Amino acid sequence: MGFPHTPHARETLVLSKYFGDREAIGLDGWRKRGGYAALEKALGMTPAEIVQVVKDSGLRGRGGAGFPTGMKWSFMKPGDGKPHYLCCNADESEPGTFKDREIMRWTPHALIEGCAIGAYAIGAETAYIYIRGEFTEPLARMEAAVREARAAGIIGPNAMGTGKRVDVWVHKGAGAYICGEETALMNSLEGRRGNPRIKPPFPAVAGVFGQPTTINNVETLAAVPHILVNGAEWYKKFARPDNPKSTGTKLWSVCGNIVRPGNYEVVMGFPFKDFLYDLCGGPLPGRKFKAVIPGGSSVPIMTMEEAEAAVMDYEGMVAKGSMLGSAGCIVIDDAQCMVKQIGRLARFYAHESCAQCTQCREGTAWTTKIMERIEAGQGTMEDLDTLLEIGDNMTGKTICVLSDSCAVPVVSGIQKWRHEFEAHINGKRCPFRSAAAA
Amino acid sequence: MADVKTINLTIEGRPVSVAEGTSLLEAARTVGVLIPHYCYHPGLPVAGVCRMCLVEVEKAPKLAPACATSVAEGQIVHVHSEKAREARKGVLEMLLINHPLDCPICDQAGECELQDYTFQEGRKDSRYQEPKRFNPVEDFGGDIMYVPNRCILCTRCVRFMDDVAEDPVLNVSERGDRAYIGKFEEKDLTHPWAGNVVDLCPVGALLSKDFLNKARAWELDRTASVCPNCTQGCNAIIETRDNVVVRMRPRANPDVNGHFLCDVGRLDYRWMNGPNRLDLPKMQQGRVLVDADWDEALGIAAATIRGKRTLVVASPMLSNEALHLLSRLVKATGGKGTFRVKTGPEAPLPGVKDLALRTERAANVAGAELMGFTKTDSPFAGLGSGDVLVLVDHALTDDDLAAANRAGATVVIGTTLPAGLSNVVAVLPITNFTEEEGTFTNLRGRVQRFLQAKAAPGLARPSWFVLADLLSSLGESTDYFIPSDVFAALASSHSEFAGLSYDTLGLRGLPVVNAAQTAGEAR
Repeated sequence: MGFPHTPHARETLVLSKYFGDREAIGLDGWRKRGGYAALEKALGMTPAEIVQVVKDSGLRGRGGAGFPTGMKWSFMKPGDGKPHYLCCNADESEPGTFKDREIMRWTPHALIEGCAIGAYAIGAETAYIYIRGEFTEPLARMEAAVREARAAGIIGPNAMGTGKRVDVWVHKGAGAYICGEETALMNSLEGRRGNPRIKPPFPAVAGVFGQPTTINNVETLAAVPHILVNGAEWYKKFARPDNPKSTGTKLWSVCGNIVRPGNYEVVMGFPFKDFLYDLCGGPLPGRKFKAVIPGGSSVPIMTMEEAEAAVMDYEGMVAKGSMLGSAGCIVIDDAQCMVKQIGRLARFYAHESCAQCTQCREGTAWTTKIMERIEAGQGTMEDLDTLLEIGDNMTGKTICVLSDSCAVPVVSGIQKWRHEFEAHINGKRCPFRSAAAA
Repeated sequence: MADVKTINLTIEGRPVSVAEGTSLLEAARTVGVLIPHYCYHPGLPVAGVCRMCLVEVEKAPKLAPACATSVAEGQIVHVHSEKAREARKGVLEMLLINHPLDCPICDQAGECELQDYTFQEGRKDSRYQEPKRFNPVEDFGGDIMYVPNRCILCTRCVRFMDDVAEDPVLNVSERGDRAYIGKFEEKDLTHPWAGNVVDLCPVGALLSKDFLNKARAWELDRTASVCPNCTQGCNAIIETRDNVVVRMRPRANPDVNGHFLCDVGRLDYRWMNGPNRLDLPKMQQGRVLVDADWDEALGIAAATIRGKRTLVVASPMLSNEALHLLSRLVKATGGKGTFRVKTGPEAPLPGVKDLALRTERAANVAGAELMGFTKTDSPFAGLGSGDVLVLVDHALTDDDLAAANRAGATVVIGTTLPAGLSNVVAVLPITNFTEEEGTFTNLRGRVQRFLQAKAAPGLARPSWFVLADLLSSLGESTDYFIPSDVFAALASSHSEFAGLSYDTLGLRGLPVVNAAQTAGEAR
């Protein structure tokens, strides 16, 4: 649909079908559109049957890591005598990503339905939706929808009259990127400082309140009702014939120097080149694309050569040296300074580091300072080696991957656009600034 | 406990067998391999944040934090491989970029883990060119000040206050490299055990105001001892500079005090250097006391005591050895032994089992009672006018003075000479516990050794030595040459101490017989 634009003919609208449709927000309107049929069906199935359907569908986590959802659910052992919890990660903070926001704004009941099904499937009576603190409008809509659903008996102690307890609660974060990391989210939910926890133990063993917990992304859970209603076979068909590992439709958030930014829903395996030039309308007049960050700011930056040859699924992006990530696609054109853009990303991570691990706390800030110094024309060639070495020290050595995420754009940036870095160093100024500004 | 599985692995080429669930860091320690670390401390919950203890485990994709990784069967662990060393070097460089490197004016210098590891395997230069982060020094209340610029955010202090003291006063404030240790508003580090955060701090970020600028770490002599300031008997290290006690710190003993020492204990050390010390024996000449030599003073004391009933008012700060010899004096003269103990409010440390600043503020109350001395608020009650009063380092009050002066004659054996005593015939100067060797018995019946930390003033002699001489002058057999001889005699005459010796006690002590049975049942 290319929301807020009219949908493109090559989109496949499943999750985004009702984006922009004001009536779909409320319970009555949602019911008219087939809402809660999936939950009703699910409550008539056994949890194991639901997990099997989701496994068969090939659904994978839409938050970034792409872990198979059915398998994640199967880690929750029934009958262990402990309370189970489902957490919905709605702390959508990855720069360039704004798909979950639209799901919650336009189809809040779809998420509640997905949460209720997920909770039932993993033997949980309680699901928490942890919403990013800055998402004031989605928060209001989710809270209203939860009230409606509870008042209508859809969720609560006697969900849809089945005698089963499935409850959904909305929790507002306080505005920290790191709280999107699953264990930091759990700490925050418990009222602690949002610091990632050491793993093991993994959430399925000891998650929120120390109990077995499954945590899923908004988009993942919103897809579950569709899978239950239409079947695993239907969902599996949305894939490249030669790659059954990535299935379904995927929401892509597109921003940056491009004609039609917005949210798009395409099937897994869609050609990235067509996506950028056809669906999104290509570069702005008189400009050329220079680089694409396909999966949110934490994934390696792609050159256009790589991007135009890539297909849009988990494996397709990896094959071209990047990752699907959260599918937050940031497009950078030839009028932009890569050093400045990468420095800006580094500054984001430096600001958001939780300060636990040494390499992250110090490394993100150090990287930012060097990047900003190079951008200001004060850099040296040694700085590039230092940046690469700091990046190496920041990769794979910390509790969570925030540190790695800061290093990724810097390292890939220096590798792929070294000439721009060198131009800053040799010219002692940013070549993208006008002479008058400099 | 028999069903705990043993795991076999290899660390730095050495075979290791440890219980399941042991961390790699502790497993390495059992074979003498020190894995460098900052945030890990055996007395605190694991945080795994400094990332200094990263080690290479064969077949693992990433380096593993040794503090937070449990041993697994057949693991092959490399602590000093190229990869692990490079990772640590990276951490050290990062830790130093915002560190002021003000070692020459830092109290921690010389006992700083940041200094040690950097010297051991850090870079010799820094690539950091930007200005360093600055935060001003903060007063954290109590005895503690915080120098945020030196802080490496290991969070040991936060975890101690949260999980051990259970008084969450500290936190990590802010994020990224702006982070610092914060203190909740209107709260101070006044918890009676808060001083431990200074010992826990691996760098010079948390400092003791009491010790500030007093000495450089390398000027200190360190002696294994026992804190004498209550009946808990926390194992301690007495640190002296030029024969002056300047600091007392905890010495780890899992059976007594874990890794900790309370503030009352650690800060009450000035009396050990006390002024007005007796440093020469004295004897009565006419109506005044004059300096004497040891033989004269001992001879007068013995002559005074011989054939008389004595009241021995002892101090619960005396060693078991001294109290044993005193008990023989009481017995030989058909007398009585008493003591009084100072008290104060109890202050437990919730995170460690059976650890508290105890109400009775003296080292050896249990030992004195085992030696037959009576604990009483009026130690002079049974004093008859013909009796000889033997005061052994007893802290005299005004009320005591009136009672004491009823004695026919008084012999003072002590570290100081109380004012206002009439009829003192002999004064025998003894050393305090920092100047001699001996043992204390704590409130759970644990017998613990303390070693000599500094030299005696003047001609003062160890308490056991003086008392053995006095007994010998009274005709008792006392062939003791070193304190362990006295302890051996004590052990053979008191069944509670049977089987104990300085060798078996070691530096962590052992419980007396009855206590051992009780402890055995509890286990």
